[in-house]
This record gives sequence, C-alpha cells and structure tokens, in this order.
Amino acid sequence: MANNVSLSVNGKSVSASVEANVLLVDFLRDNLGLTGTNIACDTSQCGSCTLLLDGLPVKSCSLLVVQADGCDVITIEGLASETVLHPMQQAFQDNHGLQCGFCTPGMVMAGIGMVERRRAAGSGLPSDEEIRSALEGNICRCTGYHNIVKSVAQGAKTMLQGEG
Amino acid sequence: MYKFNFASPATIDDAAAQFEASDDATYISGGMTLVPTLKQRLAMPSDVIDLSKIASLKGISLDGDMVKIGAMTTHAQIASDGLVVANIPALAELAGGIGDASVRNRGTIGGSLANSDPAADYPAAVLALGAEIHTNKRTIAAADYFVELFETALDEGEIITSISFPVCKVANYQKFSNPASRYAIAGVFIAKTSAGVRVAVTGAGPYAFRQNEMEAALDGDFSAKSIDGITVSDDGLNEDIHASASYRANLIKVLAIRAVEAIS
Ligand SMILES: Cc1cc2nc3c(=O)[nH]c(=O)nc-3n(C[C@H](O)[C@H](O)[C@H](O)COP(=O)(O)OP(=O)(O)OC[C@H]3O[C@@H](n4cnc5c(N)ncnc54)[C@H](O)[C@@H]3O)c2cc1C
Ligand code: FES
Ligand code: FES
Repeated sequence: MANNVSLSVNGKSVSASVEANVLLVDFLRDNLGLTGTNIACDTSQCGSCTLLLDGLPVKSCSLLVVQADGCDVITIEGLASETVLHPMQQAFQDNHGLQCGFCTPGMVMAGIGMVERRRAAGSGLPSDEEIRSALEGNICRCTGYHNIVKSVAQGAKTMLQGEG
Repeated sequence: MYKFNFASPATIDDAAAQFEASDDATYISGGMTLVPTLKQRLAMPSDVIDLSKIASLKGISLDGDMVKIGAMTTHAQIASDGLVVANIPALAELAGGIGDASVRNRGTIGGSLANSDPAADYPAAVLALGAEIHTNKRTIAAADYFVELFETALDEGEIITSISFPVCKVANYQKFSNPASRYAIAGVFIAKTSAGVRVAVTGAGPYAFRQNEMEAALDGDFSAKSIDGITVSDDGLNEDIHASASYRANLIKVLAIRAVEAIS
C-alpha cells in the first residue's frame, strides 16, 4: 500500500506517494535524482549515506522514507550556493581530505552535524579526538583519515568562528 | 525488502490496537535494528507500526528519586540530557558510547531493550541500577526482564513506554567494544546503590546477568584488590568469531577492575 509523504529536501517541499519499503537514500537517488548521497555497505556500517535529518546526521540506508515524513532533509547537494562551497566542503578541498571521494558526502554531513551540535551546546572548537569520535560511523578506504580530521577541524573553525 | 503496510499512530492505545488487529505486526522506533532485519528478510511482517509519533513515549523527567526516560528517547538525547548527566552520569556516558553518532541519533532505549541484543549496552545499566521497565500493561523489574537470548519478559504486542532508573551518582561502565560496530564484546556496569554494590555484565552471556561473587567482595571492601582473586567461570558464556568464552570471562574481571578503579 502506497503512503503519502511530505518532506523538505534541501529547502524544497517534496510530496510523493511511496511504498513503505522504500529507503530514504533510494528515494533521493532514484526519485529526486540527488545522487550525491552514496550507498556503499547498505548495512548501516560505513556512513557513506549520511545526511542531516532535522539537523542530525543519520544513515539514510537504514531509514524508510515513511519514517522521514514531515522531516527536514539536507543532503550534500543542499550545501553550496551556485558559486561558493560550504565551509566544510571548502575545507575538504583545501586539506586534500578526499581521494576517490566516495565517502566524502557522508564525511562532510557527519562533520557539519557535529559542528552544529557543538554550536547549539556552546561547546566550542572540537579536539582531534572529538572529531574522530564524531566520525566513528564513517569509513574511508582511501585517505587514512588524517586529512579528513584536518579538513573537519578547519571546517569547524570557519563555521564557528568565521573566516580566518 | 518485502512490501509491508506502515502506520504511525498517535497514541499508545492505537498502536496496541493496530498490533492486535494484524496477523503479523512489528513496532518500529529508531529502526536501527529493525530496518537491517527487514532488508535481510530475517523478519517479514505484514504491518510495521511506527512509535515515533507518540508524544507520551518521549521525554526525560525526574520522578522522586528516579529518572524516568521515555521509550522513544534516543541514545544521543540520553547522553547529553542535563537531568541524566547530573543524576546518573554513568548512564549518560554509556549512552554516548553506543555505536556511532548517526546510530545514536536514531536508536532508542525502548528499541534497544525490546530487542535485547546480548551485546547491547543498556542491559548492564538496567540490571545494576535496578531499573523498572514500564509498559502499556504493567511494570517489570529489571531482575525479571531479561529471559533468554533476544528474549524478554515482554508479551506479544506489549509496548515499552518508559524506563525508570534510580538516581545513582557513584557508578561506572566499562566496555570492550567490537572495533567495527562498537557493540560490547563484554561490558561491566558497577554501581554503589542503596541496596549495596551491584555488578552487571552484558555482552558476555546470552543476556545480561549480575556477578554476585564480585558484588559480595566489593560490599566488604570496595577495591580492585578485593576482586582480583576471583576466578570468573566461562561456563555458558558466548563464543563467536570475536572472542572465545574464556577470553570473555577474563574480560569481565579486567573490566570490573577498571570500573572499580574509575569509581575509587
Ligand atoms: C552500526 C550499529 C552499531 C550499533 N552499536 C551498538 C552498541 O555499541 N551498543 C548497543 O547497545 N547497541 C548498538 N546498536 C543498536 C542500536 O542501539 C539500536 O538502536 C537498538 O538496538 C534498537 O533501537 P531502535 O530504536 O533502533 O529499535 P528498532 O530497530 O526500531 O526496533 C528494534 C526491535 O524492538 C521493537 N521495539 C522498538 N521499540 C519498542 C517499544 N517501545 N516497545 C516494544 N517493542 C519495541 C521493534 O519491534 C523491533 O523488534 C548498533 C546499531 C547499529 C546499526
Ligand atoms: S551505505 Fe548506509 S551506512 Fe553504509
Ligand atoms: S576518499 Fe575514497 S573512500 Fe574515502
């Protein structure tokens, strides 16, 4: 039985009729053409499908679209303007925080989620250890993580303290 | 995943009635366990009933000398909640060590306790602190709740509504995590409660259990030395690709000593 859902995706309202067994990540990729959110493990282990649901990082391969009814979804496509990258994206570029790039959308979303949580809690800049802990659920098979941690540290700094 | 019907009732009674009316229903909270289970076709329910829209399953409050946590509360909320941090800091820390940040943003305490994975973290805290599990039908004492591997005292269709934990400021949880999933290969929760020292173990057996010998020793002398001489039997402990039963038995003692040292 199809279900009617309405959600906001990158600031645009989306209404659709979907089967209950459709995953959020498949809906974004197949129905909306938003292929930036990747599927790698499909078993909630790797984090490449991470996006922000009501501001919080979640794994969209383990979430039904019907569970996201009424929610606000931000994917990697929702970050940059026409000309300017989001500070977290820019930081990955500046610090060579990616190689093949497959894990990168998930890393960027998980990083932003952590920074926004810290902003709300007023907890200041994250330490490297806190960054690593926030990225525990995101696996990268290329970089060895060091540059990802550097990227998230720079992204956090720009997001929390502005340029500089 | 097979097709199934999905509904998001607004009240506990509606959810229970829908469960009753279906031949083969299951509840979903965070879905962190259920969605992978559906994908693997380990479960093929005809109806999935979502508990996330039921307002009365949410929220954390101080109820006398108990902290009452709604079943739909996520691990992330428990880890950062001011009331939990102030009144049962070890529980907040335990919740903050479950899985990873994304899992903690979706997974709920009710879902975890209903599922009763032998490697889950909360069972150790529930047993050591002597929590009460409230359902839509009754209140179940921690000691009566865990029955078998993946089996609890819950009846078919019974809904966990909240969990009450006695306030306890002197407690510590230590786990040896599976490096991939962060589930507990073994975890030990030690609490100084009004009824004495409690030592509860998760991850090591088919379900969480108390370690009475260590409790008695720590009641006499709360020091690492007093449990150092205890030999933990590996009888009935889990054995899998991650660890043998005797390794888990040894871990129980190592983790218990770390927890005592963290408290002292
Ligand atoms: C990658 C990964 C790592 C993890 N690591 C850990 C870890 O380190 N430690 C740990 O403890 N857990 C871990 N988990 C499990 C996680 O904590 C899950 O959140 C939890 O097991 C289930 O909670 P849920 O809300 O997602 O439940 P769901 O998946 O929605 O439901 C699980 C089961 O409980 C039933 N149910 C749900 N809510 C209720 C209710 N209120 N009343 C009655 N029945 C109900 C459902 O019908 C279902 O059968 C991990 C999970 C993943 C995916
Ligand atoms: S694809 Fe979702 S966690 Fe790996
Ligand atoms: S850059 Fe290739 S997986 Fe991370």
